[in-house]
Amino acid sequence: MTSSRARLSSLIRAHRSISVLVGWALVGALLPVIVLLPPFSTFQGQGLWVGGFANSGVFILLALGLNIVVGLAGLLDLGYAAFFAIGSYTYAFGASSFTGLNVPFWPMLLVGAFAAATFGILLGAPTLRLRGDYLAIVTLGFGEIVPAVFLNADTYTRGTNGIGGVAQPALPFLKFDFTNPVPFYVTMVVILAVVMVLVYRLQGSRLGRAWMAVREDELAAASSGVNTVTTKLLAFALGASTAGLAGVFNASKLGIVSPDQFGFAVSFTVLAMVVLGGMGNAWGVAIGAFTLYEIQSVLLKELNQFFQQLQVPFLDTIDFVQYQFLLYGLALVGMMLLRPEGLFPSRRRQRELHDVSEDVADVPPPTAVLGD
Amino acid sequence: MRVLRPAVVVVAALVFAFVVLGIQQFQNFLTLGAIYALVALGYTMVYGIIELINFAHGDVFMVSAFLSMWIISVPLGLADKAIDDPLELIVVLAIVVFVTMVVMGMIGVVIERFAYRPLRHAPRLAPLITAIGVSFILQNIIQAIFSTSPIGVPQIFPRTKLDILGGSIGVLNIFMVVVALVLMVALQLFVSRTRLGRAMRSTAQDREAAELMGVDINQTIAITFFIAAALAGSAGVIQGLYFGSIQYNLGFFAGLKAFTAAVLGGIGNTTGAAIGGFVIAFIEVFAAQIGLARWSEVAVFTVLILVLVFRPSGILGQALGERA
Repeated sequence: MTSSRARLSSLIRAHRSISVLVGWALVGALLPVIVLLPPFSTFQGQGLWVGGFANSGVFILLALGLNIVVGLAGLLDLGYAAFFAIGSYTYAFGASSFTGLNVPFWPMLLVGAFAAATFGILLGAPTLRLRGDYLAIVTLGFGEIVPAVFLNADTYTRGTNGIGGVAQPALPFLKFDFTNPVPFYVTMVVILAVVMVLVYRLQGSRLGRAWMAVREDELAAASSGVNTVTTKLLAFALGASTAGLAGVFNASKLGIVSPDQFGFAVSFTVLAMVVLGGMGNAWGVAIGAFTLYEIQSVLLKELNQFFQQLQVPFLDTIDFVQYQFLLYGLALVGMMLLRPEGLFPSRRRQRELHDVSEDVADVPPPTAVLGD
Repeated sequence: MRVLRPAVVVVAALVFAFVVLGIQQFQNFLTLGAIYALVALGYTMVYGIIELINFAHGDVFMVSAFLSMWIISVPLGLADKAIDDPLELIVVLAIVVFVTMVVMGMIGVVIERFAYRPLRHAPRLAPLITAIGVSFILQNIIQAIFSTSPIGVPQIFPRTKLDILGGSIGVLNIFMVVVALVLMVALQLFVSRTRLGRAMRSTAQDREAAELMGVDINQTIAITFFIAAALAGSAGVIQGLYFGSIQYNLGFFAGLKAFTAAVLGGIGNTTGAAIGGFVIAFIEVFAAQIGLARWSEVAVFTVLILVLVFRPSGILGQALGERA
C-alpha cells in the first residue's frame, strides 16, 4: 500500500508535465458534471455554468500570465489589461466582418500572443530599468493609453461601438456558435492545460530560477551572473503573450471587441486574483481566479436573490453585485496584512515574505538595548 | 540672485501660457493646475518619507470632494444659491475648507495607521497592493452612500467676473488660485522652518539616523499623511465648487494625473510637485484648445512614460535636496 503510494508520488514528480495534464483533464471533465448536483444545479442550468466556466477560463489565463510577471519575477504590472486588449483587437482585425479578413482562429491565437508579447517588449525595454514602483505607474499609464487609443482611433476601431462580427473558431468535428458553450469550454480547457504545463516547465527552468532570483534580490542575482534586463523582459513578454491568448479567445467567444472591456477594473481584478490565490503558485493562482470569477458572476447574484426571497430585513435591500470591488479591496488589504503569501502559497514565496518580517522582529528595539 | 532666477522663470512660463492659451483658457489652466498641484504635493510628500506610491491618495481627494459637498448641503444647510454677502461667503468657505481639511487629514492618518504602518518592513510590493485595496474600499464606500451617478454640489460661490487684461476672470478662479498658493507657501514654510518640518526632512533622508537623533518616526509619518490628505482635502473643495458635480470615480484619473505631476516635478520635491501640477494642467488645457480634448489623457500618460524613461529624477530632481 505505502510502497505503491510512494511509487505514485515519485512517478508524479518524475513526470511533472504529465501529472499537470492529467490533473487538468480531470478538473475539465468533472466540472460540468459537478454542476448537475445540488446546490449548484439550483443556481443555474448546466449550459450557463459551462459558458461561465469558459469565461472564467479567460480570467484564469490572465491570472496565470500576470503570475509570471508579478508572482515569479516580482514586477508589479497594473496595466495588464492592455495586453488583453491588444490580443482581442489583433483577432478582431484579423477575422471579422469589419475588416473583411478571415484568418482562421488557431493561427490567430499565436499571432495574438505574439502581438501582445511584442508590445510587452516595446513597453518593457525602456522601462524595466526603473525601480519597481515606478514600473507599476508606467504600466498603469500604459493600461489607460491602450484602450483610449482603441477608443479614439475610431476610423480603424469603430470607437465605442467596438468591432462586431468577430469570427468563431472552426474545427471539422466541433461546431462553434453562440448558443452552445461546450466547444468553447473544451477549447479553453485545452489552452489552459498547455499554458499550465508551460508555466510549470518554465518555473523549474534556468529562466524560472532567474526570475525568482531577480524577485528576491536583484543585486545579488545580477552579481551571480543573471542578466536582469533580459530576464525581466522575458517575464514581461511571456506574461503579455498569455494575455494575448486570452484576448483572442475572448474576442471570438463574445463576437465583439470594444474598448470598455479593458478598463483598469480588469487589470485590478486579475491582480486581486493573483494575490488572493498566492503569488508564484500557478495552481493557487488558477484556483484564486476561478473562485473570484464565480463569486462575482454567480454567488453575488445568488445572494441578492436569496435574501430577497427570504425577505431578510436590511440584507435584502443590499445589491451585493455593487460591492464587488469593496470585496476585492478588503481582500487585497486583508491578504497583505495577514497572509501576504496568498491562500495557496508557493513554499518559496512564503518563506521569502515571512523572512523579511522575522528578520526585523529579531532586532530588539533600540530602547531595549539602551535600557533607559 | 537665488530668488530672482526661479522667479523670472516662473513669470516667463506664466506669460507663455497666457499668450498661448488666451485669457479664458488661462483661467482653466490655473484652476486645474492648482488642483493637480495640491494633490501632487500629497503624493510627493508620502513618497519622499516612506517611498510608497499612495494609490489611495486620488480617492482621498475624491472623498474630500464628497465631504465638502455634504458639509455645504447638510450641516450648513445651504441650497444651490449664490451667497452675495462677501463676509458671509468668506465665513462659509473658511468653515468648509477648514473642516474638510481636518477631517480628511484624520482619515489619512487612520489609513496610514491601519493599512501601511504594519507593512513598513514588508517587501515593497505589499504596501503598494494594500494601497490599491484601500483605493477600492474608499470608492465603494462613496458609491454605497451617494450612488454611482454624478452628484451636484451646491453652487454657493457667485459667478461674478472682473474685467482684467481684456478678458473677464471669475472671482471663483482667483479665490481658488489664492487658496492653493497660500497653502503651498504655508507648506513650504512648515517644512523648511519648523521643528516638525525638520523632523520630516530628516526622516525622509535617513529614517534610522533620524530615530537615533530622537525623532519620533511614527508621529512624523502620521503628520506627513495628515498634511498630504488635508491638502488633497482642500483640492477636493475646489474641485466641487469649480466643476459643480462630482462622481465616485473622479479620484482615479485625477490621482493618476497628479502622480504624473509629482513624477514630472521630481518625486519627493515639493516645489517640483507644484510645478508639475501646472505643467500637466497646461498640457491638458492646451490639448483641449487645439481640438484634441479626447487625446489629452493619452498625452498626459505619454508624458509620464517619457519622463520616467528619460529623466526619472524629474524637472527639479534631487538636485535641490528639498525632499519633504
